[in-house]
Amino acid sequence: MLIVEAIILSVIAASTPLLLAAAGELVVERSGVLNLGVEGMMIMGAACGFAGAFLSGSTFVGALTGIAAGMALSFVFAVLTLGLAVNQVAAGLALTILGIGLSGLIGASFVGQKIVPAPHLYIPGLSDIPVAGKILFAQDGFVYFSVLLVVGIWWFLYRTRGGLILRAVGDSHTSAHALGYPVLKIRLMAVLFGGGCAGLAGAFLPLAYTPFFIPGMTAGRGWIALALVVFSSWLPGRLVAGAYLFGAVSILQLHAQALGLGIPSQLMTSLPYLATVIVLVIISRARGSAGSVAPASLGVVFVPDR
Amino acid sequence: MKKLLMTAAAAALALAATAMNASAADKLKVGFIYLGPVGDLGWTYMHEVARQALVKELGDKIETTYLENVNEGPDSERSIVQLARTGHQLIFTTSFGYMDPTVKVAKQFPKINFEHATGYKRATNLGTYSGRFYEGRYIQGVIAAKMSKTGTIGYIGSFPIPEVISGINATMLGAQSVNPNIKVKIIWVNTWFDPGKEADAAKALADQGADVLMQHTDSPAAMQVAQQRGIYAFGQDSDMIKFGPKSQLTAIVNNWGPYYIKQTKAALAGTWKSEDTWDGLKEKMVVMAPYTNMPDDVKKLAEKTEADIVAGTLVPFKCPVLGQDGKPVECKGGTHLDAGQILGMNFYVKGVDDKMPGK
Repeated sequence: MLIVEAIILSVIAASTPLLLAAAGELVVERSGVLNLGVEGMMIMGAACGFAGAFLSGSTFVGALTGIAAGMALSFVFAVLTLGLAVNQVAAGLALTILGIGLSGLIGASFVGQKIVPAPHLYIPGLSDIPVAGKILFAQDGFVYFSVLLVVGIWWFLYRTRGGLILRAVGDSHTSAHALGYPVLKIRLMAVLFGGGCAGLAGAFLPLAYTPFFIPGMTAGRGWIALALVVFSSWLPGRLVAGAYLFGAVSILQLHAQALGLGIPSQLMTSLPYLATVIVLVIISRARGSAGSVAPASLGVVFVPDR
Repeated sequence: MKKLLMTAAAAALALAATAMNASAADKLKVGFIYLGPVGDLGWTYMHEVARQALVKELGDKIETTYLENVNEGPDSERSIVQLARTGHQLIFTTSFGYMDPTVKVAKQFPKINFEHATGYKRATNLGTYSGRFYEGRYIQGVIAAKMSKTGTIGYIGSFPIPEVISGINATMLGAQSVNPNIKVKIIWVNTWFDPGKEADAAKALADQGADVLMQHTDSPAAMQVAQQRGIYAFGQDSDMIKFGPKSQLTAIVNNWGPYYIKQTKAALAGTWKSEDTWDGLKEKMVVMAPYTNMPDDVKKLAEKTEADIVAGTLVPFKCPVLGQDGKPVECKGGTHLDAGQILGMNFYVKGVDDKMPGK
């Protein structure tokens, strides 16, 4: 295997969970809800996804249980923030803590168990093309789905009436409400969608990335996904670029170390974060006085009868 | 109404707490602070196995508590104080990064006894304990050099602290005793526990030609990558043969149980005192998992190396130890490096082709 090919394969694997979780969160934030519980929903997806795959023997069932687990946890968040109008930041953080604890409990009996990793696509002929074949035509289902997901989200947000309404809700919930749109119902759908994506992203880890379950195995990827949404300035296209940039830098720094280039590893590890900060600065400078690019109602509690 | 409920709940809680205290009053409370989750199958898992052994042995006389996922550094201080305030008389803090917080809390609670793993700061109520893991690393180095066809060992490091550095050096010295031209590629992942990142590092090392992987991180991710790639690896902290039935050559198994039982017995008897314990293969604080997936001659050599270390006829850091520049380092222990030099190791030995992070 060529080293370039090996690096690209690793980059794709490292970027996929980030992309899946961030894509879901992007839709949630576009509807005006800030759910900081991505890490918690991911780890629940990892635990339940592994449990599902282990008990059924099927990666597909595992992915579905992962999605369901993420959705279930996001429903708790929706009840708190949409139903009871609780502060979104606090509820999101609580969700993460809850998810980490609960996943440890659920996953405890599965620690040390093994499953068969997610199967990779194989198309005779195409998959055998040197370099490109392996990269384009021999990935697992998660990778293809993550790309389709982002394309689908882009299409929904910018090419459908539903997407227009969702963006309107995120930018001004009072106006959307006055026009007769069911703000809370739309936000509920968005939150559940985000939960499902985070659950699937979490399930990717034990089903395809490292085929075993260990408590806490998401190791902060949910937080990176959150940062990516800001990095992308809430645009699906930039999100893909951001996720792959993040993945690429984190894999390349490992290879740079193994080559013994002598660049301090601490510096290399911080590069993706540094890149985020720089891009944010550039974006805010470019916008000038136009103000923030964030959905205007992001994180603001909405009570319909106010 | 709401307020009333809250008051009632608080009262009930307080009652429950006193009830628990009353029943626990005559039992010694032993507390543990863990770095990772108890199910990490690595470092924390082995401390948990030891705690269970302790409960099995002295369960009728003691009560144990553990706090898992406690971050290193100043954050951990709160967790240690929490154990100290809730009546724990003996507290084990099980990671290097808890050193300064433990020292600080030990000063605040002079009547409580503390034990800190892998550190070097002691007080009258604060002892330290650690394993001579480098002895196991030396044996692994010997095996790795025998088994590697490419002559390159891949090494996944967590943080460049002395314990990890001495492990790398011991590996290198063991490997050089078999093949003087052996190479080691090192990747620092700057985390103890991130299965995904550990797997990525393992893949990167394999992609760059390493065919024996060593790790100083806590999850079995690297072992699994080795199994997938058809190369070899060593288990870390616990026997990881389940994750690499065709890949694991052996594993360094941390065996804290006997020590926890010994120290708790001393605390029960009132004879506990601050000590600096540093035991290895001989005292069985460090145990090697079965030698597997290797030809008989390599297995024999590994067993002989282990026996020689136990007997004291083989000392991994025997002088002269050459630094990276090829010059011998100062030999403070007479014929070998002394404990301080190994526990505070901050240099690479000759042949390690890597720049020490932060130097």
